Amino acid sequence: MAATIEHKPPRRWHIAVFLAPAVLVYTAIMIVPLFSTLFQSLFGPVDGERAFVGLRNFQTLFFDPRWAASFWNALYNNFWFFFIHMVVQNPIGVLLAAILSNPNLRLRGFYRTAIFIPTILSFVIVGFAWQLILSPLWGIAPNMLDAIGLRFLFAPWLGQEGAALTTLALVSVWQFVGIPMMLIYAALLSIPDEVIEAAEIDGVTGAKQFFKIQLPLILPTIGIISILTFVGNFNAFDLIYVTQGAQAGPNFSTDILGTLLYRTFFGFQLQQGDVNMGSTIATMMFLIILVGVCIYLFGIQTRMRRYQF
Amino acid sequence: MASTARSSLPRAIAAHAVLIAYTLIALFPVFVIVINAFKARRDIFNDPLAFPNAESFSLVGFETVTSQGDFLLYFQNSLIVTVVSLACVLLFGAMAAFALSEYRFRGNPLMGLYLALGIMIPIRLGTVAILQMMVASGLVNTLTALILVYTAQGLPLAIFILSEFMRTVSNDLKNAGRVDGLSEYRIFFTLVLPLVRPAMATVAVFTMIPIWNDLWFPLILAPAEATKTVTLGAQVFIGQFVTNWNAVLAALTLAIVPVLILYLIFSRQLIRGITSGAVK
Repeated sequence: MAATIEHKPPRRWHIAVFLAPAVLVYTAIMIVPLFSTLFQSLFGPVDGERAFVGLRNFQTLFFDPRWAASFWNALYNNFWFFFIHMVVQNPIGVLLAAILSNPNLRLRGFYRTAIFIPTILSFVIVGFAWQLILSPLWGIAPNMLDAIGLRFLFAPWLGQEGAALTTLALVSVWQFVGIPMMLIYAALLSIPDEVIEAAEIDGVTGAKQFFKIQLPLILPTIGIISILTFVGNFNAFDLIYVTQGAQAGPNFSTDILGTLLYRTFFGFQLQQGDVNMGSTIATMMFLIILVGVCIYLFGIQTRMRRYQF
Repeated sequence: MASTARSSLPRAIAAHAVLIAYTLIALFPVFVIVINAFKARRDIFNDPLAFPNAESFSLVGFETVTSQGDFLLYFQNSLIVTVVSLACVLLFGAMAAFALSEYRFRGNPLMGLYLALGIMIPIRLGTVAILQMMVASGLVNTLTALILVYTAQGLPLAIFILSEFMRTVSNDLKNAGRVDGLSEYRIFFTLVLPLVRPAMATVAVFTMIPIWNDLWFPLILAPAEATKTVTLGAQVFIGQFVTNWNAVLAALTLAIVPVLILYLIFSRQLIRGITSGAVK
């Protein structure tokens, strides 16, 4: 393989031609704006002029009472949003995938497709559908709870400060559970039959087999799902914006970093847009995602390597 | 060989019970929206869970949507943006993946790493500067701005998946082509591209769904009436007609249909792609 390449003339323009369009678009629209945004977080208005202010924007964001409250609130909410995803989405995904991976199960294709369908819908549809269903006005949810005698449990969850964020996180789990299900399903299918057979000969079957044999083998996949969820959650915006508006109501109880960035950069109602503070929040999102990805790459993935085939 | 214990009847029933329960949860909201979109206003409220019948059937919502909103235009915009971005991602992505997987050159691993960065770092974080750039170049409120952004957004994952696949294409085939005097471009377009078609379909689904459904960039880069996408149009429409339930449900139903069709066309490829290890 290498031999044929070495016989080529030294200038291999085709490599540059193949790479150029992708590298140019990617660099110009993604990498340069990303760093330019990070850079702008170091600037701010001084006496009406835009000037270099070092880390003062970050100081403002963390400590200035006007900003700090919103920022820490959004950050806390974002972690809660992620936490709900982790504790609800992964177990459901594993359970569904484990059931689906049974080779004798009929209608596998149907179930897989049906459960995956919410994932392909836009947030506008998902957000509005759940708003309608949970609305006390229309009353599908209250009437259904009524039918099974649990009417007293109903509350306008999306309108309550204490419940709105958790409700939205669960709606988001409902939408995206198809992705962990599919990835874990694929991982379960890729476990060699010999491993399972060996376990069965040793008398390890049923639930015990799942926890002792399959689960350790799919841990790397669960790791990937977790980091993808982390990146997705700390970059989320649409579902909150669609259901609760840019103000992330009620009373900012569903505000996450994405909606805070939107309000800060573009302004909303009485608040004026602020490019530099917007960049500062984007930079914080970048750093949080970067830390998460690094923890995953160096702390989790390297340790899991030994399980892979 | 599956053991007899795993295929016993009670277990199968339990498995189906869990799956049917979850399928109902997954499809229920879609079902509620679609059946009520075809009912008269009174019946939406009186019996939201009933199928439309001869008495309650009504298309008034769809009439409102098609007459008031510019839905046809929005569909057209979404379609143009999605198809063009997808074509760019697949073509440019495959070209770059070919260069990375086929040739040894200085900086190859570094270039691969550079292009892979974008898989984990969302393009949204650069929005501030992207908007400034689009304003400066006069591309705000054009579909071109969206196409550029979505192309950049889709490239990293496309290159990553496609270069994994291209490594599995036989070298003998390519070398035979070289012996026959084919240029590197011909080898790429006529020999390699047709062989990685399944991987391209997987990449297409993963690229297409987020583009079609995106709200953030249309909201920021192209909110003008002439450039609205379906997602943004539906969002604005819902906001304006929030009390007209017929129209809102019809708009939602119309927004579900295209992505559902696209998914059903590609889903077999998607599942095959995932299970064959394209994304792990």
